[in-house]
Amino acid sequence: MPESETGAIKFNIQIGDELTQNVKPLLHEVKHGLEKLIETGKITVIDLRSIPLAPNEEDKILNILGQGEVVAKLDALGLSEVVETKYTGVWLVTHYNDEDHIISRFIEVTTMPEILCSQTEDIMAAYSRLTLDLEDSLKTNESVVEKSA
Amino acid sequence: MTNNDNKDKTLAQILRSRGISRRGFLKFCAATASMMAMSPAMIPKIAHALENARRPSVIWLSFQECTGCTESLTRAHTATVESLIFDAISLDYHHTLQAASGHAAEEARETAMKENYGEYLLVVDGSIPMGNPGYSTIAGISNYDMLMETAKGAAAIIAVGTCATYGGIPQAKPNPTGAVSVRDLIKDKPIINVPGCPPIPVVITGVLTHFLTFGTIPELDHLGRPKVFYGQSIHDRCYRRPFYDKGLFAETFDDEGAKKGWCLYKLGCKGPTTYNACATTKWNDGTSWPIEAGHPCLGCSEPDFWDGGGFYKALSMPTENITQTVIYTAAGAVAAGLMLGARNLSKKEQAKAAHSNTTIDDLKK
Repeated sequence: MPESETGAIKFNIQIGDELTQNVKPLLHEVKHGLEKLIETGKITVIDLRSIPLAPNEEDKILNILGQGEVVAKLDALGLSEVVETKYTGVWLVTHYNDEDHIISRFIEVTTMPEILCSQTEDIMAAYSRLTLDLEDSLKTNESVVEKSA
Repeated sequence: MTNNDNKDKTLAQILRSRGISRRGFLKFCAATASMMAMSPAMIPKIAHALENARRPSVIWLSFQECTGCTESLTRAHTATVESLIFDAISLDYHHTLQAASGHAAEEARETAMKENYGEYLLVVDGSIPMGNPGYSTIAGISNYDMLMETAKGAAAIIAVGTCATYGGIPQAKPNPTGAVSVRDLIKDKPIINVPGCPPIPVVITGVLTHFLTFGTIPELDHLGRPKVFYGQSIHDRCYRRPFYDKGLFAETFDDEGAKKGWCLYKLGCKGPTTYNACATTKWNDGTSWPIEAGHPCLGCSEPDFWDGGGFYKALSMPTENITQTVIYTAAGAVAAGLMLGARNLSKKEQAKAAHSNTTIDDLKK
Protein backbone atom coordinates (compact mmCIF):
# COMPACT_ATOMS: atom_id res chain seq x y z
CA MET A 1 0.00 0.00 0.00
CA PRO A 2 1.62 3.36 -0.99
CA GLU A 3 2.54 5.94 1.65
CA SER A 4 2.31 9.71 1.26
CA GLU A 5 5.13 12.14 2.15
CA THR A 6 3.64 12.56 5.63
CA GLY A 7 3.78 8.82 6.19
CA ALA A 8 0.00 8.40 6.13
CA ILE A 9 -1.25 5.37 4.21
CA LYS A 10 -2.98 6.32 0.98
CA PHE A 11 -5.68 4.03 -0.28
CA ASN A 12 -5.84 3.55 -3.98
CA ILE A 13 -9.56 4.12 -4.31
CA GLN A 14 -10.33 5.74 -7.62
CA ILE A 15 -13.50 7.77 -7.62
CA GLY A 16 -14.93 8.23 -11.08
CA ASP A 17 -16.65 11.39 -12.26
CA GLU A 18 -20.41 11.63 -11.85
CA LEU A 19 -20.42 8.71 -9.41
CA THR A 20 -23.92 9.16 -8.05
CA GLN A 21 -25.09 11.17 -11.04
CA ASN A 22 -26.68 13.58 -8.58
CA VAL A 23 -24.51 16.59 -9.41
CA LYS A 24 -26.24 17.63 -12.63
CA PRO A 25 -29.82 17.12 -11.38
CA LEU A 26 -28.99 19.22 -8.33
CA LEU A 27 -27.65 22.03 -10.51
CA HIS A 28 -30.85 21.83 -12.56
CA GLU A 29 -32.82 22.13 -9.32
CA VAL A 30 -30.85 25.31 -8.59
CA LYS A 31 -31.69 26.58 -12.08
CA HIS A 32 -35.39 25.88 -11.50
CA GLY A 33 -35.04 27.73 -8.18
CA LEU A 34 -33.76 30.79 -10.05
CA GLU A 35 -36.68 30.57 -12.48
CA LYS A 36 -39.11 30.46 -9.55
CA LEU A 37 -37.38 33.41 -7.88
CA ILE A 38 -37.59 35.49 -11.06
CA GLU A 39 -41.21 34.61 -11.82
CA THR A 40 -42.80 34.48 -8.36
CA GLY A 41 -40.25 35.82 -5.89
CA LYS A 42 -40.46 32.54 -3.95
CA ILE A 43 -37.28 31.16 -2.40
CA THR A 44 -35.83 27.63 -2.70
CA VAL A 45 -33.73 25.96 -0.03
CA ILE A 46 -31.79 22.74 -0.73
CA ASP A 47 -30.26 20.77 2.15
CA LEU A 48 -26.99 19.37 0.78
CA ARG A 49 -26.83 16.81 3.59
CA SER A 50 -30.06 15.13 2.51
CA ILE A 51 -28.77 14.07 -0.89
CA PRO A 52 -26.56 11.01 -1.41
CA LEU A 53 -23.24 12.29 -2.72
CA ALA A 54 -20.02 10.38 -3.25
CA PRO A 55 -16.76 11.61 -1.73
CA ASN A 56 -15.69 14.84 -3.50
CA GLU A 57 -19.05 15.38 -5.17
CA GLU A 58 -20.05 18.12 -2.73
CA ASP A 59 -16.75 19.88 -3.49
CA LYS A 60 -17.51 19.52 -7.18
CA ILE A 61 -20.86 21.28 -6.73
CA LEU A 62 -19.23 24.05 -4.70
CA ASN A 63 -16.52 24.50 -7.35
CA ILE A 64 -19.09 24.78 -10.11
CA LEU A 65 -21.12 27.35 -8.18
CA GLY A 66 -17.97 29.31 -7.33
CA GLN A 67 -17.82 32.54 -5.34
CA GLY A 68 -19.52 35.82 -6.22
CA GLU A 69 -19.56 39.32 -4.78
CA VAL A 70 -20.68 38.71 -1.20
CA VAL A 71 -19.00 36.77 1.60
CA ALA A 72 -20.45 37.18 5.11
CA LYS A 73 -19.49 35.56 8.38
CA LEU A 74 -21.79 35.28 11.40
CA ASP A 75 -20.82 34.47 14.92
CA ALA A 76 -23.96 32.90 16.38
CA LEU A 77 -23.66 29.53 18.16
CA GLY A 78 -20.43 28.95 16.28
CA LEU A 79 -19.41 30.33 12.92
CA SER A 80 -21.69 30.52 9.88
CA GLU A 81 -20.57 31.44 6.38
CA VAL A 82 -22.94 32.96 3.87
CA VAL A 83 -21.50 33.20 0.38
CA GLU A 84 -23.20 34.43 -2.76
CA THR A 85 -22.06 32.18 -5.56
CA LYS A 86 -21.03 33.43 -9.00
CA TYR A 87 -24.67 32.87 -9.97
CA THR A 88 -26.35 35.91 -8.40
CA GLY A 89 -29.27 34.89 -6.18
CA VAL A 90 -27.72 31.50 -5.41
CA TRP A 91 -26.25 31.46 -1.91
CA LEU A 92 -24.30 28.86 -0.02
CA VAL A 93 -25.04 28.87 3.71
CA THR A 94 -22.74 26.75 5.91
CA HIS A 95 -23.25 26.44 9.65
CA TYR A 96 -20.42 25.27 11.92
CA ASN A 97 -20.51 24.30 15.60
CA ASP A 98 -18.10 25.48 18.30
CA GLU A 99 -15.60 22.83 17.21
CA ASP A 100 -15.65 24.10 13.59
CA HIS A 101 -17.43 21.01 12.32
CA ILE A 102 -20.04 21.58 9.64
CA ILE A 103 -23.47 20.91 11.13
CA SER A 104 -25.55 21.83 8.11
CA ARG A 105 -25.08 23.20 4.62
CA PHE A 106 -27.78 24.68 2.41
CA ILE A 107 -28.03 26.16 -1.06
CA GLU A 108 -30.54 29.02 -0.85
CA VAL A 109 -31.95 30.63 -3.97
CA THR A 110 -33.11 34.02 -2.71
CA THR A 111 -32.32 37.73 -2.80
CA MET A 112 -31.01 37.58 0.78
CA PRO A 113 -30.75 34.58 3.13
CA GLU A 114 -33.02 35.07 6.14
CA ILE A 115 -30.18 34.52 8.59
CA LEU A 116 -28.39 37.66 7.34
CA CYS A 117 -31.35 39.94 8.10
CA SER A 118 -31.53 41.60 11.51
CA GLN A 119 -34.23 39.80 13.49
CA THR A 120 -37.11 41.67 15.13
CA GLU A 121 -36.44 40.12 18.58
CA ASP A 122 -32.77 41.12 18.40
CA ILE A 123 -33.68 44.68 17.25
CA MET A 124 -36.08 45.02 20.21
CA ALA A 125 -33.40 43.72 22.61
CA ALA A 126 -30.87 46.15 21.08
CA TYR A 127 -33.31 49.04 21.56
CA SER A 128 -33.77 48.15 25.26
CA ARG A 129 -30.04 47.75 25.75
CA LEU A 130 -29.16 51.10 24.17
CA THR A 131 -31.90 52.83 26.15
CA LEU A 132 -30.53 51.39 29.40
CA ASP A 133 -26.97 52.32 28.47
CA LEU A 134 -28.04 55.92 27.79
CA GLU A 135 -29.94 56.10 31.09
CA ASP A 136 -26.90 54.76 32.92
CA SER A 137 -24.64 57.30 31.27
CA LEU A 138 -26.97 60.13 32.33
CA LYS A 139 -26.78 58.90 35.95
CA THR A 140 -23.02 58.51 36.01
CA ASN A 141 -22.17 61.37 33.62
CA GLU A 142 -20.12 58.81 31.67
CA SER A 143 -20.72 58.83 27.93
CA VAL A 144 -21.81 55.66 26.16
CA VAL A 145 -18.63 55.97 24.08
CA GLU A 146 -16.43 56.06 27.21
CA LYS A 147 -18.33 53.16 28.72
CA SER A 148 -17.91 50.94 25.69
CA ALA A 149 -14.20 51.88 25.53
CA MET B 1 -29.19 18.27 32.90
CA THR B 2 -30.19 21.76 33.99
CA ASN B 3 -31.28 23.40 37.17
CA ASN B 4 -34.90 23.72 38.16
CA ASP B 5 -35.01 27.45 37.31
CA ASN B 6 -35.50 26.42 33.70
CA LYS B 7 -38.32 24.01 34.43
CA ASP B 8 -41.19 26.22 33.25
CA LYS B 9 -39.32 28.10 30.56
CA THR B 10 -39.65 27.41 26.87
CA LEU B 11 -36.58 26.48 24.89
CA ALA B 12 -36.56 29.89 23.19
CA GLN B 13 -36.63 31.60 26.60
CA ILE B 14 -33.76 29.41 27.86
CA LEU B 15 -31.69 30.31 24.78
CA ARG B 16 -32.45 34.02 25.08
CA SER B 17 -31.56 33.99 28.79
CA ARG B 18 -28.19 32.54 27.77
CA GLY B 19 -27.61 35.48 25.42
CA ILE B 20 -28.27 33.52 22.24
CA SER B 21 -29.64 35.78 19.51
CA ARG B 22 -32.58 35.13 17.23
CA ARG B 23 -30.05 34.47 14.46
CA GLY B 24 -28.49 31.77 16.66
CA PHE B 25 -31.97 30.37 17.25
CA LEU B 26 -32.66 30.27 13.49
CA LYS B 27 -29.33 28.52 12.95
CA PHE B 28 -30.28 26.00 15.64
CA CYS B 29 -33.62 25.39 13.85
CA ALA B 30 -31.89 24.99 10.46
CA ALA B 31 -29.44 22.44 11.91
CA THR B 32 -32.34 20.67 13.62
CA ALA B 33 -34.32 20.41 10.37
CA SER B 34 -31.26 19.05 8.59
CA MET B 35 -30.57 16.62 11.43
CA MET B 36 -34.15 15.34 11.43
CA ALA B 37 -34.02 14.88 7.66
CA MET B 38 -36.85 17.37 7.31
CA SER B 39 -37.42 19.64 4.37
CA PRO B 40 -35.83 23.08 4.80
CA ALA B 41 -39.37 24.39 4.34
CA MET B 42 -40.01 23.06 7.87
CA ILE B 43 -37.49 25.47 9.45
CA PRO B 44 -40.08 28.22 10.21
CA LYS B 45 -42.46 25.58 11.65
CA ILE B 46 -39.72 24.17 13.89
CA ALA B 47 -38.88 27.71 15.04
CA HIS B 48 -42.55 28.36 15.85
CA ALA B 49 -42.97 25.04 17.70
CA LEU B 50 -39.80 25.51 19.73
CA GLU B 51 -40.93 28.98 20.78
CA ASN B 52 -43.48 27.21 22.98
CA ALA B 53 -41.72 23.88 23.73
CA ARG B 54 -41.17 23.11 27.43
CA ARG B 55 -38.44 20.81 28.63
CA PRO B 56 -39.65 17.28 29.35
CA SER B 57 -38.29 14.97 32.02
CA VAL B 58 -36.32 12.05 30.58
CA ILE B 59 -35.53 8.78 32.38
CA TRP B 60 -32.94 6.58 30.67
CA LEU B 61 -32.74 2.89 31.64
CA SER B 62 -29.84 0.67 30.54
CA PHE B 63 -30.36 -3.09 30.66
CA GLN B 64 -28.48 -5.90 28.84
CA GLU B 65 -26.28 -3.69 26.69
CA CYS B 66 -22.66 -2.77 25.97
CA THR B 67 -23.07 1.01 26.53
CA GLY B 68 -22.33 1.52 22.84
CA CYS B 69 -25.62 3.41 22.42
CA THR B 70 -24.69 5.91 25.15
CA GLU B 71 -21.17 6.14 23.70
CA SER B 72 -22.73 6.94 20.35
CA LEU B 73 -25.05 9.57 21.79
CA THR B 74 -22.33 11.36 23.75
CA ARG B 75 -20.28 11.61 20.58
CA ALA B 76 -23.04 13.29 18.59
CA HIS B 77 -21.10 15.48 16.21
CA THR B 78 -23.25 18.60 16.15
CA ALA B 79 -21.99 19.46 19.61
CA THR B 80 -23.59 22.88 19.90
CA VAL B 81 -27.03 21.74 18.83
CA GLU B 82 -26.97 18.60 20.96
CA SER B 83 -25.85 20.50 24.03
CA LEU B 84 -28.76 22.85 23.53
CA ILE B 85 -31.15 19.95 23.23
CA PHE B 86 -29.79 18.39 26.39
CA ASP B 87 -30.01 21.70 28.17
CA ALA B 88 -33.60 21.78 27.07
CA ILE B 89 -34.51 18.39 28.50
CA SER B 90 -34.26 17.30 32.07
CA LEU B 91 -32.26 14.07 32.01
CA ASP B 92 -33.27 12.96 35.50
CA TYR B 93 -31.85 9.42 35.49
CA HIS B 94 -29.09 7.76 33.47
CA HIS B 95 -26.99 5.50 35.66
CA THR B 96 -23.91 5.73 33.43
CA LEU B 97 -23.89 9.51 33.02
CA GLN B 98 -25.30 10.79 36.31
CA ALA B 99 -23.08 11.79 39.21
CA ALA B 100 -25.33 10.21 41.84
CA SER B 101 -25.09 6.50 42.57
CA GLY B 102 -26.77 3.89 44.77
CA HIS B 103 -29.79 5.05 46.77
CA ALA B 104 -29.44 8.67 45.61
CA ALA B 105 -29.63 7.61 41.96
CA GLU B 106 -32.70 5.44 42.52
CA GLU B 107 -34.29 8.26 44.50
CA ALA B 108 -33.75 10.59 41.50
CA ARG B 109 -35.63 8.11 39.30
CA GLU B 110 -38.48 7.75 41.75
CA THR B 111 -38.78 11.52 42.24
CA ALA B 112 -38.79 12.15 38.48
CA MET B 113 -41.49 9.51 38.03
CA LYS B 114 -43.63 10.97 40.81
CA GLU B 115 -43.29 14.62 39.78
CA ASN B 116 -43.81 14.02 36.07
CA TYR B 117 -46.22 11.08 36.14
CA GLY B 118 -47.83 10.59 32.73
CA GLU B 119 -45.56 13.15 31.07
CA TYR B 120 -41.98 11.91 31.19
CA LEU B 121 -40.12 10.31 28.32
CA LEU B 122 -38.61 6.88 28.98
CA VAL B 123 -35.51 5.90 26.99
CA VAL B 124 -34.38 2.27 27.16
CA ASP B 125 -31.21 0.71 25.79
CA GLY B 126 -30.45 -2.99 26.16
CA SER B 127 -32.67 -6.06 26.12
CA ILE B 128 -34.54 -7.52 29.06
CA PRO B 129 -33.56 -11.03 30.29
CA MET B 130 -36.59 -13.20 31.05
CA GLY B 131 -34.68 -16.42 31.81
CA ASN B 132 -33.59 -15.49 35.32
CA PRO B 133 -34.13 -12.07 36.98
CA GLY B 134 -30.59 -12.29 38.40
CA TYR B 135 -28.97 -12.12 34.95
CA SER B 136 -29.17 -8.32 35.03
CA THR B 137 -30.19 -6.10 37.93
CA ILE B 138 -29.82 -2.46 38.94
CA ALA B 139 -29.81 -1.63 42.65
CA GLY B 140 -31.12 -5.14 43.26
CA ILE B 141 -34.13 -4.56 41.00
CA SER B 142 -34.52 -6.87 38.03
CA ASN B 143 -34.56 -5.25 34.59
CA TYR B 144 -38.10 -6.52 34.02
CA ASP B 145 -39.44 -5.00 37.26
CA MET B 146 -37.69 -1.68 36.67
CA LEU B 147 -38.98 -1.43 33.11
CA MET B 148 -42.57 -2.26 34.03
CA GLU B 149 -42.56 0.12 36.99
CA THR B 150 -41.03 3.02 35.06
CA ALA B 151 -43.07 2.48 31.89
CA LYS B 152 -46.36 2.91 33.78
CA GLY B 153 -46.11 6.69 34.05
CA ALA B 154 -44.28 7.36 30.77
CA ALA B 155 -45.86 9.47 28.02
CA ALA B 156 -43.86 7.53 25.43
CA ILE B 157 -40.94 5.11 25.27
CA ILE B 158 -37.90 5.34 22.99
CA ALA B 159 -36.15 1.97 22.57
CA VAL B 160 -32.59 2.91 21.61
CA GLY B 161 -30.35 0.38 19.88
CA THR B 162 -30.96 -3.03 18.37
CA CYS B 163 -31.00 -4.76 21.79
CA ALA B 164 -33.89 -2.70 23.18
CA THR B 165 -35.62 -2.68 19.81
CA TYR B 166 -35.47 -6.35 18.81
CA GLY B 167 -33.50 -8.17 21.54
CA GLY B 168 -30.26 -7.68 19.62
CA ILE B 169 -27.05 -9.57 20.29
CA PRO B 170 -28.18 -10.89 23.73
CA GLN B 171 -31.08 -12.51 21.88
CA ALA B 172 -28.81 -14.11 19.26
CA LYS B 173 -29.19 -17.88 19.10
CA PRO B 174 -29.28 -19.70 21.49
CA ASN B 175 -30.42 -16.63 23.52
CA PRO B 176 -29.00 -17.86 26.86
CA THR B 177 -30.67 -15.16 28.98
CA GLY B 178 -34.09 -15.31 27.34
CA ALA B 179 -33.59 -11.74 26.12
CA VAL B 180 -36.63 -9.87 24.79
CA SER B 181 -37.23 -6.37 23.42
CA VAL B 182 -39.19 -3.52 25.00
CA ARG B 183 -41.99 -4.01 22.48
CA ASP B 184 -42.29 -7.67 23.50
CA LEU B 185 -43.25 -6.56 27.03
CA ILE B 186 -45.00 -3.20 26.75
CA LYS B 187 -48.19 -3.11 24.75
CA ASP B 188 -50.07 -0.09 26.07
CA LYS B 189 -47.64 2.78 25.41
CA PRO B 190 -46.39 4.46 22.25
CA ILE B 191 -42.94 3.00 21.53
CA ILE B 192 -40.45 4.52 19.10
CA ASN B 193 -37.82 2.03 17.96
CA VAL B 194 -34.41 3.50 17.13
CA PRO B 195 -32.40 0.42 16.10
CA GLY B 196 -28.75 0.27 15.11
CA CYS B 197 -25.68 -1.23 16.69
CA PRO B 198 -25.26 1.50 17.75
CA PRO B 199 -27.81 3.90 16.29
CA ILE B 200 -26.45 6.99 14.53
CA PRO B 201 -26.03 9.68 17.23
CA VAL B 202 -28.04 12.32 15.42
CA VAL B 203 -30.85 9.81 14.90
CA ILE B 204 -31.13 9.40 18.69
CA THR B 205 -31.09 13.14 19.27
CA GLY B 206 -33.33 13.69 16.24
CA VAL B 207 -36.08 11.59 17.82
CA LEU B 208 -35.65 13.39 21.15
CA THR B 209 -35.80 16.71 19.31
CA HIS B 210 -38.93 15.70 17.45
CA PHE B 211 -40.66 14.97 20.73
CA LEU B 212 -39.34 18.19 22.20
CA THR B 213 -40.37 20.23 19.18
CA PHE B 214 -43.78 18.84 18.42
CA GLY B 215 -44.68 17.01 21.64
CA THR B 216 -45.69 14.00 19.56
CA ILE B 217 -43.99 10.89 18.28
CA PRO B 218 -42.80 10.90 14.66
CA GLU B 219 -44.45 8.85 11.92
CA LEU B 220 -43.33 5.22 12.29
CA ASP B 221 -42.88 2.29 9.90
CA HIS B 222 -44.14 -1.29 10.45
CA LEU B 223 -41.23 -1.99 12.85
CA GLY B 224 -41.95 1.12 14.90
CA ARG B 225 -39.02 3.09 13.44
CA PRO B 226 -39.26 6.81 12.57
CA LYS B 227 -39.76 7.06 8.82
CA VAL B 228 -37.66 10.21 8.54
CA PHE B 229 -34.56 8.18 9.36
CA TYR B 230 -35.55 4.63 8.39
CA GLY B 231 -37.83 5.36 5.44
CA GLN B 232 -35.35 4.47 2.73
CA SER B 233 -32.99 1.56 2.27
CA ILE B 234 -29.22 1.96 2.49
CA HIS B 235 -29.13 0.60 -1.07
CA ASP B 236 -31.41 3.33 -2.43
CA ARG B 237 -29.32 6.11 -0.86
CA CYS B 238 -25.91 4.51 -1.50
CA TYR B 239 -23.44 6.44 -3.64
CA ARG B 240 -22.22 3.06 -5.03
CA ARG B 241 -25.70 2.25 -6.32
CA PRO B 242 -24.87 3.21 -9.96
CA PHE B 243 -22.29 0.37 -9.96
CA TYR B 244 -24.93 -2.11 -8.82
CA ASP B 245 -27.19 -0.95 -11.63
CA LYS B 246 -24.34 -1.45 -14.13
CA GLY B 247 -23.48 -4.89 -12.69
CA LEU B 248 -20.03 -3.81 -11.47
CA PHE B 249 -19.14 -5.60 -8.22
CA ALA B 250 -16.11 -6.04 -5.97
CA GLU B 251 -15.54 -9.80 -5.73
CA THR B 252 -12.92 -9.65 -2.95
CA PHE B 253 -11.72 -6.92 -0.59
CA ASP B 254 -8.56 -6.26 -2.57
CA ASP B 255 -9.49 -6.75 -6.21
CA GLU B 256 -9.74 -4.08 -8.91
CA GLY B 257 -13.46 -3.63 -8.24
CA ALA B 258 -12.82 -2.91 -4.55
CA LYS B 259 -10.12 -0.39 -5.46
CA LYS B 260 -12.43 1.34 -7.92
CA GLY B 261 -15.18 1.64 -5.32
CA TRP B 262 -17.63 -0.73 -7.02
CA CYS B 263 -20.73 -2.19 -5.36
CA LEU B 264 -20.14 -4.47 -2.33
CA TYR B 265 -23.26 -6.60 -2.83
CA LYS B 266 -21.31 -9.78 -3.57
CA LEU B 267 -19.21 -9.27 -0.44
CA GLY B 268 -22.33 -9.60 1.68
CA CYS B 269 -23.66 -6.04 1.73
CA LYS B 270 -27.09 -5.97 3.43
CA GLY B 271 -27.84 -2.50 2.05
CA PRO B 272 -30.77 -3.69 -0.09
CA THR B 273 -32.67 -5.02 2.94
CA THR B 274 -31.51 -2.48 5.54
CA TYR B 275 -33.31 0.72 6.38
CA ASN B 276 -31.21 3.40 8.08
CA ALA B 277 -29.78 6.89 7.54
CA CYS B 278 -26.03 6.02 7.37
CA ALA B 279 -25.73 6.80 3.64
CA THR B 280 -26.63 10.47 4.07
CA THR B 281 -26.00 11.23 7.76
CA LYS B 282 -22.71 9.29 7.90
CA TRP B 283 -20.51 8.80 11.01
CA ASN B 284 -17.69 10.55 12.84
CA ASP B 285 -18.49 14.19 12.14
CA GLY B 286 -20.08 13.18 8.84
CA THR B 287 -16.66 11.92 7.69
CA SER B 288 -17.56 8.52 6.30
CA TRP B 289 -19.64 5.41 6.80
CA PRO B 290 -18.97 1.65 6.47
CA ILE B 291 -19.64 1.37 2.73
CA GLU B 292 -17.54 4.46 1.98
CA ALA B 293 -14.75 2.83 4.02
CA GLY B 294 -15.00 -0.24 1.76
CA HIS B 295 -16.95 -2.57 4.06
CA PRO B 296 -20.39 -4.00 3.33
CA CYS B 297 -23.36 -2.95 5.44
CA LEU B 298 -24.06 -5.52 8.19
CA GLY B 299 -27.73 -4.59 8.41
CA CYS B 300 -27.50 -3.75 12.12
CA SER B 301 -30.80 -1.87 12.18
CA GLU B 302 -32.81 -4.90 11.08
CA PRO B 303 -34.24 -7.67 13.32
CA ASP B 304 -32.00 -10.71 13.93
CA PHE B 305 -29.09 -9.25 11.96
CA TRP B 306 -26.70 -11.28 14.11
CA ASP B 307 -28.34 -14.54 13.05
CA GLY B 308 -28.63 -13.54 9.40
CA GLY B 309 -26.40 -16.34 8.15
CA GLY B 310 -23.06 -14.57 7.67
CA PHE B 311 -21.96 -10.96 7.26
CA TYR B 312 -19.93 -11.74 4.14
CA LYS B 313 -22.48 -13.88 2.37
CA ALA B 314 -24.31 -12.21 -0.51
CA LEU B 315 -28.02 -11.72 0.08
CA SER B 316 -28.79 -13.97 -2.86
CA MET B 317 -27.13 -16.94 -1.14
CA PRO B 318 -29.18 -19.18 1.18
CA THR B 319 -28.95 -18.08 4.80
CA GLU B 320 -31.38 -20.42 6.56
CA ASN B 321 -30.60 -23.84 7.98
CA ILE B 322 -28.74 -25.62 5.23
CA THR B 323 -30.53 -28.96 5.73
CA GLN B 324 -33.82 -27.16 5.11
CA THR B 325 -32.36 -25.54 2.03
CA VAL B 326 -31.43 -28.97 0.69
CA ILE B 327 -34.97 -30.21 1.30
CA TYR B 328 -36.51 -27.22 -0.47
CA THR B 329 -34.20 -27.38 -3.42
CA ALA B 330 -34.74 -31.13 -3.71
CA ALA B 331 -38.49 -30.59 -3.64
CA GLY B 332 -38.14 -28.09 -6.45
CA ALA B 333 -35.94 -30.53 -8.34
CA VAL B 334 -33.63 -27.75 -9.42
CA ALA B 335 -30.33 -29.31 -10.34
CA ALA B 336 -28.31 -26.17 -9.67
CA GLY B 337 -29.93 -25.79 -6.29
CA LEU B 338 -29.14 -29.39 -5.43
CA MET B 339 -25.51 -28.85 -6.27
CA LEU B 340 -25.37 -25.67 -4.19
CA GLY B 341 -27.09 -27.38 -1.26
CA ALA B 342 -24.74 -30.36 -1.43
CA ARG B 343 -21.73 -28.06 -1.63
CA ASN B 344 -22.88 -26.02 1.37
CA LEU B 345 -23.67 -29.16 3.38
CA SER B 346 -20.21 -30.47 2.66
CA LYS B 347 -18.71 -27.09 3.69
CA LYS B 348 -20.70 -27.22 6.93
CA GLU B 349 -19.43 -30.68 7.74
CA GLN B 350 -15.85 -29.62 7.01
CA ALA B 351 -16.27 -26.59 9.28
CA LYS B 352 -17.70 -28.80 12.01
CA ALA B 353 -14.78 -31.20 11.73
CA ALA B 354 -12.29 -28.35 11.93
CA HIS B 355 -13.71 -27.03 15.24
CA SER B 356 -13.87 -28.72 18.60
CA ASN B 357 -15.49 -27.51 21.82
CA THR B 358 -13.32 -25.61 24.30
CA THR B 359 -12.80 -27.51 27.54
CA ILE B 360 -11.66 -26.45 31.01
CA ASP B 361 -8.31 -28.07 30.24
CA ASP B 362 -7.92 -25.84 27.19
CA LEU B 363 -8.45 -22.74 29.31
CA LYS B 364 -5.80 -23.88 31.81
CA LYS B 365 -3.15 -24.20 29.10
